[in-house]
Amino acid sequence: MTGSAGAIPLIRLQGISKTYGQGQAEFQALRGVDLTVNSGEFVAIMGPSGSGKSTVMNILGCLDVPSGGAYLFLGEHVEQLTRPQRALLRRHYLGFVFQGFNLLARTSAQENVELPLLYRGESGTARHAAARAALAQVGLEGRESHTPAELSGGQQQRVAIARAIVTRPSVLLADEPTGNLDSTTSHEIMDLITQLNRELGITVLMVTHEPDMATYAHRVVHFKDGLVESDSRNGEAA
Amino acid sequence: MLWNALLLSIREIRRNLLRSFLTTLGIVIGVAAVITMVTLGNGATRAVKDQIASLGSNLLIVRPGQRLGAGYGSVSAANFKVEDAAAIRAQIGGLKAVAPVVSKGVTVIAQANNWPTSITGTTADYFISNNWRLGQGRIFNESEERAGKAVCVIGNTLKRELFGAANPVGGEIRIKQFACEVIGLLASKGQSSMGSDQDDTVIMPLRTVQRRLTGNQDVRTLMVSVKDGVSTDKVQRQIKQLMRERRRIGDNEDDNFNVMDTKQIAETLSATTQVMTTLLGAVAAVSLLVGGIGIMNIMLVSVTERTREIGIRLAIGALEREVLSQFLIEAVVLSSLGGLIGVILATLASIGLSGLMNIPYLFNPSVNLLSFAFSAAIGVIFGYFPARRAASLDPIEALRHE
Repeated sequence: MTGSAGAIPLIRLQGISKTYGQGQAEFQALRGVDLTVNSGEFVAIMGPSGSGKSTVMNILGCLDVPSGGAYLFLGEHVEQLTRPQRALLRRHYLGFVFQGFNLLARTSAQENVELPLLYRGESGTARHAAARAALAQVGLEGRESHTPAELSGGQQQRVAIARAIVTRPSVLLADEPTGNLDSTTSHEIMDLITQLNRELGITVLMVTHEPDMATYAHRVVHFKDGLVESDSRNGEAA
Repeated sequence: MLWNALLLSIREIRRNLLRSFLTTLGIVIGVAAVITMVTLGNGATRAVKDQIASLGSNLLIVRPGQRLGAGYGSVSAANFKVEDAAAIRAQIGGLKAVAPVVSKGVTVIAQANNWPTSITGTTADYFISNNWRLGQGRIFNESEERAGKAVCVIGNTLKRELFGAANPVGGEIRIKQFACEVIGLLASKGQSSMGSDQDDTVIMPLRTVQRRLTGNQDVRTLMVSVKDGVSTDKVQRQIKQLMRERRRIGDNEDDNFNVMDTKQIAETLSATTQVMTTLLGAVAAVSLLVGGIGIMNIMLVSVTERTREIGIRLAIGALEREVLSQFLIEAVVLSSLGGLIGVILATLASIGLSGLMNIPYLFNPSVNLLSFAFSAAIGVIFGYFPARRAASLDPIEALRHE
C-alpha cells in the first residue's frame, strides 16, 4: 500500500507479537518482531526451541494470525484478512515443505503433487502435465506412481517439494526440511532448494536448527526469546 | 469445484474400500429391507385382491348361522332349500345368477387312481356366479339338472390326479357306489386367498348330490351374483329381508343366517395386508436410520484419523467450505452408493421372494425412488456434523496431529 510498486517488499513484519493462553498461563511467543524479506531471497531462520521461530513461521505462512503488529504481504495487510482469504493467499502465493513430509498416505506421488492444482480448479490434463514436470524438476522422473511408503525419506521430501512448487509460488516456506533426513540426503535436499531459489526465483524461508543447513541461505536470522537477535548475510550469496 | 470434490471423495472411497463398504452396509440393508418389505406387501395385497376377484365378482354368499366364527353352522340354524334360491331369483332384481350349493367331501376313483376331494352340487348358475370358465367339454343342461343325472364337470387338479395326461371328457369317475360321466373340464384358477386349491373340485347337478350323497333336500349355501352397476349393499338388504320373512324370524330376533359380500372381504383383507406392509416398512425404516448413524460414526472416526490430511489440505490452501463439501460429498456418495446397491439388492430379493411366496412382483417406482432419496438425505444429515468438524480444524493443530 505504501510507496511505488517496485519498492514494496515481498514480506514485511512490523512489531509482530503473539501471545498464547490467558491470565496466569499467558505466554508471549513473539514480542515485537520486525523483518523484511525481498523477492528472491533465501532466508534461514534459526534459534533454540522456544525462541519463537516456529511461531513466526506459522504467521509468515498465514496459518496463524499475530496478536499485534502488522504483516504486509506484497503490501497487503494479512493480519486483517479473514480465514478464507488467508487460505486463498496460501493457495496462490505460498508453498509448504514440512519436517515430516506430510504427504497423503496410500496416494501416488503424482496425485500428491496434483493436490494443490485440484484446489486451483485446473483441468485434468493441465494437472497431469504440471505434476509430471514438477516431479521431473526434483529428480523423481519415473516414480510418479509410487506411494510414500514405497519411497525413501529423501524421495518423500522431494515429492513434498514438488507439491510445494507445482503452483509456482512466490514463497517456499520450509520448516526443518532436513530434520528427518541423514546428512547426505540433507545436503541433496538443500542443493535442490538452492537450485529452485536460483533458477525459478522462488523466495525461500527456512526454519532450521542445523548451522550446516543455514550456510545454504543468503541470510540468517537468529531468534531468541521472541525477538530477532541477529540478522546477518552469509559471506557471499552462493 | 463440486466436480473436484466429487472426484476427491470417490478417490477417498476407493482408497479405503473395505471401510467404505462396511460403512455403507447399514444403508444397503436398510434400503433393501424397506423396498423389499413394501414390494412384497403390495404384492400380497394384490394377490389377495386377485384371488377374491377370481372367486366371483359382486358375489354375495348366503349361509345359515349368524356369522363367521363360533356361531357358524350351529344346529339351530336351518339349512336353505332350493325354493329359497328360486325366491331370491324371482323377487330381487339386478341379479346375474343365483346358485344353490351343497358340498360333500368324498373319495373319487377313476381307473386305478383315487383322490379325496370335495363335490359341489349346484346349478348352471354356479359357473357364472363363481367365475368358472370351461377348458373343455360342456356344463350340465337343465334337463340333466332336473333329472339329477350322474354327470360332472371336474377341476384341473382332479384331472391331473385321476386321468394324468389323458382327456377326461367322456371318461367316467366313481364316487362311492355310483359312476358319473365327465362332461367338462374347468379352466384352472389356481390357489385361493386362503391357500386352498380351487382346482381340486367336482361340480355336479344339485339334485344328483342331494339324492345320491347327502340324502336330503337341504342347500348349504346360496351364491348370489349381482349385475355390474347394481349396488351390492341394496341387494344384501333385500336378501336379508326376504330371508327373514321366509325363515319366519320375528322383529326382535337376530338373523339365523348371514350374507357375506366378497367385495367387503376383499377390502378388509387388503386393508389388513396394507397395515402389515406399513408396519414392516416402518420397522425397516428404523434400520435405515441406524444405518445413517453408522455413517456418521465412521465419518467422525475418519475425520479424526485424517486430521493430518485435513491439515495438509488446509495448509495447501483448501477453503473451509471445500473441506466441508469434500467430507459431505463423501458421506453422500457413500450413502447413495449404499442406497443404489440396496435398490438392486431389493429388486433381486423381491423377485426371488415373491416367486417363492406365490405373489406377483410389483415394481413400485415411488418406494424405490423415495428410499434412494432418503439414503442420499441421510448422507447429508449425518455427514454434516463430521464435515463441519473437519472443516473448522486449525491447520497448525491438524498438522501437528499424530
